[in-house]
Amino acid sequence: MEVEELKIKSCITKYNYEKKALISILQDIQEEYNYLPQEALNIVSKTLGIPLIDIVGVATFYRAFSLEPRGKHLVTVCVGTACHIRGAPNILEEFERKLNVKAGKTTGDGQFSLETVACLGCCAIGPVVIVDGNYYAQTSIRKVDAILKKHRKKKK
Amino acid sequence: MEKIIHPKQLIEWKQKSLSQRLVFKKIIVVSSGTCGQASGSLQIIEALDRELEKRNLKKTIRIEISGCHGFCELEPNIIIYPEGVFYKKLKPKDIPKILDETILKDKIIPSLIYDEPRTGHKVSNQKEIPFYQKQMRLLTEKNFRINPTNIQDYIVLDGYQALAKVLFNMTSKEVIDEVEASGLRGRGGAGFPTGKKWEICRRVSSDVKYIICNADEGDPGAYMDRSLLEGNPHSVIEGMIIGAYAIGASEGYIYVRMEYPLAVRHVTIAVEQAKKVGLLGNSVLGSEFKFDIHVVQGAGAFVSGEETSLMASIEGRRAFPRQRPPFPAQEGLWGKPTNINNVETWANVPLILNKGADWYSQIGTKKSKGTKIFSLVGKINNTGLVEVPLGITLKEIIYDIGGGIKDNKKFKAVQTGGPSGGCIPADMLDLPVDYDTLTKAGSIMGSGGMIVMDEDTCMVDVARYFLNFTQEESCGKCVPCRVGTRQLADILTRITQGNGEEGDIKKLEDLSRTVKAGSLCGFGQTAPNPVLTTIRYFRDEYEAHIKEKSCPALFCKDLIVYYIEPKKCVGCLLCLKKCPVKAISGERKKVHVIDQELCIKCGACLEVCPPKVGAVSKYTGKKRDRILKKSSVERAEK
Repeated sequence: MEVEELKIKSCITKYNYEKKALISILQDIQEEYNYLPQEALNIVSKTLGIPLIDIVGVATFYRAFSLEPRGKHLVTVCVGTACHIRGAPNILEEFERKLNVKAGKTTGDGQFSLETVACLGCCAIGPVVIVDGNYYAQTSIRKVDAILKKHRKKKK
Repeated sequence: MEKIIHPKQLIEWKQKSLSQRLVFKKIIVVSSGTCGQASGSLQIIEALDRELEKRNLKKTIRIEISGCHGFCELEPNIIIYPEGVFYKKLKPKDIPKILDETILKDKIIPSLIYDEPRTGHKVSNQKEIPFYQKQMRLLTEKNFRINPTNIQDYIVLDGYQALAKVLFNMTSKEVIDEVEASGLRGRGGAGFPTGKKWEICRRVSSDVKYIICNADEGDPGAYMDRSLLEGNPHSVIEGMIIGAYAIGASEGYIYVRMEYPLAVRHVTIAVEQAKKVGLLGNSVLGSEFKFDIHVVQGAGAFVSGEETSLMASIEGRRAFPRQRPPFPAQEGLWGKPTNINNVETWANVPLILNKGADWYSQIGTKKSKGTKIFSLVGKINNTGLVEVPLGITLKEIIYDIGGGIKDNKKFKAVQTGGPSGGCIPADMLDLPVDYDTLTKAGSIMGSGGMIVMDEDTCMVDVARYFLNFTQEESCGKCVPCRVGTRQLADILTRITQGNGEEGDIKKLEDLSRTVKAGSLCGFGQTAPNPVLTTIRYFRDEYEAHIKEKSCPALFCKDLIVYYIEPKKCVGCLLCLKKCPVKAISGERKKVHVIDQELCIKCGACLEVCPPKVGAVSKYTGKKRDRILKKSSVERAEK
C-alpha cells in the first residue's frame, strides 16, 4: 500500500503535533489504512521526534493496532466470560475451520481477518460475533456459515 | 441553546422544555443501547417512525430513543408512558398493531407483554415485573426517560441541579464532607472511600490538578459502566464537574475503552453539548469555576484500567503501571495531582448532593453504602443489569431478580470481580453482598460482574480461562506477574487436557501466593484469585481431572467423548450432515455412529440433534474409555 506523507501529516496536525496524542494519531492512521504501515510510522517518528522503537512499542502493546494489513472484512468473536461459558470457544473454532485461519490472522485471499475480543459488554445476548460492525446475537455453530455467507456476498 | 450564565436559567430551561412537551399524549421509549441495537432496536425505531407518520400521529406521540433498560434478555423492548406498558422482544411487524391497539385504544396486547418464565404469570406494567420490583434503581432509573444524545432530557429530570447547588452554595470542603459522610466507596473494585480520596487530592497544592473518569471497563462479563455512559452520560459528567470543583481541578479526562463504540459516541456528544450551554468551559454556569473535559479512547489493553497504567496511556505511552507511592493524588497525570474514579462512582455524586448524605447513608450496610449495579449474566434466566442496595444476598439477586438458573439446571457458582475475583459456591448463597464479605470469601466485589455458572460449567476450566486471560493481558513489566501467570495458565491447561500430575494443586497454591505477594500492581496481586477460590471450593473437580482424568461438568474437550445412543437415534442424518470433519457414519433410518478418532468434539451433533430425540450424549471417565475402545475396535474391523 502506498503511504501518502500528506495524509499522515494531516493526522498529526489534527492533534497540534502533541506527543501525548500518539495513540490517537495511530488510531487515525489505522482507520485510514486498516493497519499501521511501516512507512507511516517512520513519518510519525520523524515529525513528532519520538524514537521509532517507542512508537513500535506502543503499536505492539495495544490490541487495537496491527502491523500487518488486515482483511476486507473483520470478524470479531467475543470470548468474554459470559460468552465463554455459553460456548464461544466452539464458535471461534468453527470460524477458524470455515475460514481456514487461526484467530489473529487474515485469510490468504485478503477477505477476512479473524480476531477475538475479551468482552463487548453485551453478555446477555452472547455468544456474540461482530462482522464489520454488525452484531450477531446468540450465535451458534450452526449460524457461522450463514454469517460468513452474508458478508461474502456484500463485497460483490 | 444559549449559554447559561445563571443557575436560575437551568430551572427556566427545564420548565420551558416541560411545557413544550405537554403536546405529547404518549411517549414510546425504545431501549437502544448496544444490546438493543444488536437485537434489532434500530429497525423498531424505523418502523415506529414510519407507522406514526402514516397515522399522522407524530405531533402527539413522541419516540424517545434511550440507552439500556437493563433487561437485556428481552431486547428489543419498548415502554409506553405515561402508563408504563412494557412490550418485549419486538419485531417491526408488531408495530402497526401496537399503534392501533395500545396507542390509540389503550388496549394491552397480551402476546407482547412479559410472562414470568416459571409461573407463566403475565405482567403488562414495567414496574410490576419481578426483575425490576426487587431492584433499587437510583442510578439507572433515568435510563428509561433519557435520550442520551439530548441534554434537554437530562435537564428536564433535574439534571445539573446538584452542580448549581454546589457551585453557588457550598465550599469545596463542604462538598467533600458531604461525600465522605455519605459513605460512598469507589465502585471500580477496591472500594476506597471516595470523600477521603478527594480530600487527599484537595490538600495537595499545585497550579494544575486533573480528574479522570475511568471508563476502561475491561472485566469480561461486566458492562454497567457502558450502560451508564451510553444511557445517561450527563450524570457522569455532572459528577465529574462537582468532583473537580471540590478538588480544585481544571481539567478532566474520560478514558473509555474502544470496545464500546456507542459509549464513546454518546459521551463525546454529551461533553460537546455541555460545553455549548456553558456547563463546561471558562465559567461553569456563570460562576468563576473553570473546567473542561476531554474524551480519550482506549486502544485495547486490559491493564490500562489500573490507575497508573491508565495515566500512562493518556500520556500516549504503553500502559505500564508504576510503583506507588507517589500516589496519583500526589503525582499523577504529567506529574500533577490527579484524582481518578470509576464511572459509577462519579454517577453517584449528583445523587448524594441532591438528596443529602443522610438519605444516602441509610441505604446499604454499615460499611458499604448506597446501591451497586451488577451485570447478571451467564446461565441465568433474567440476564441483565440489576441495581440493588448493598447488603442484599446473592440468593435474592440470583433467584428473586434473576429468576433462577436457565433450563432448570443446578446452580454451581457465581463468579464476581472478573479476572481479579473468584467463584462463590452454592452453600454461600446467603452471603450479603458488600465489599468486605466478598473479600472474606476470597473474591472481590470488583466492578460488578456476576457470572452465574451451572452444573455444566467446569471450574478448572474457568480458572484456566481467567489465567489465560491474565497471562495474555499482563503488561510484562514485573516478573512475578509475567512469568507467574504464564506458569499458572500452563499448569491449568495441562490439567484440563488430562495431563495433570500429583502435586499440581499444591504447586498452583504456592505459585499463586508468590504472584500475589510479588506483583507490582493490583492486576498481578489479584490475578491468582480465580485459581485460589476454585481450589478452595471445588477441590474435588481438580482431583477428578488430575487423578481420574475426568471432567465432571463434561466440558473439557480432551476428557470427554460425544456418543450417539443407539437406542435413541432415529437416523435422521442431521448430525451426519452437520459434522464438519465427517466423523459420523450411517444411513437414513439407521443408527449413526461417531468415529472417535476423527471427532474433534465441536459439539455440532449435540446442537443439531432435535431435543425430542436427544440421542447425543457426552461422557467422561471410565465410560469414555469404554466408548473410545469400542470405536477403535469398530475402526479396525472396517
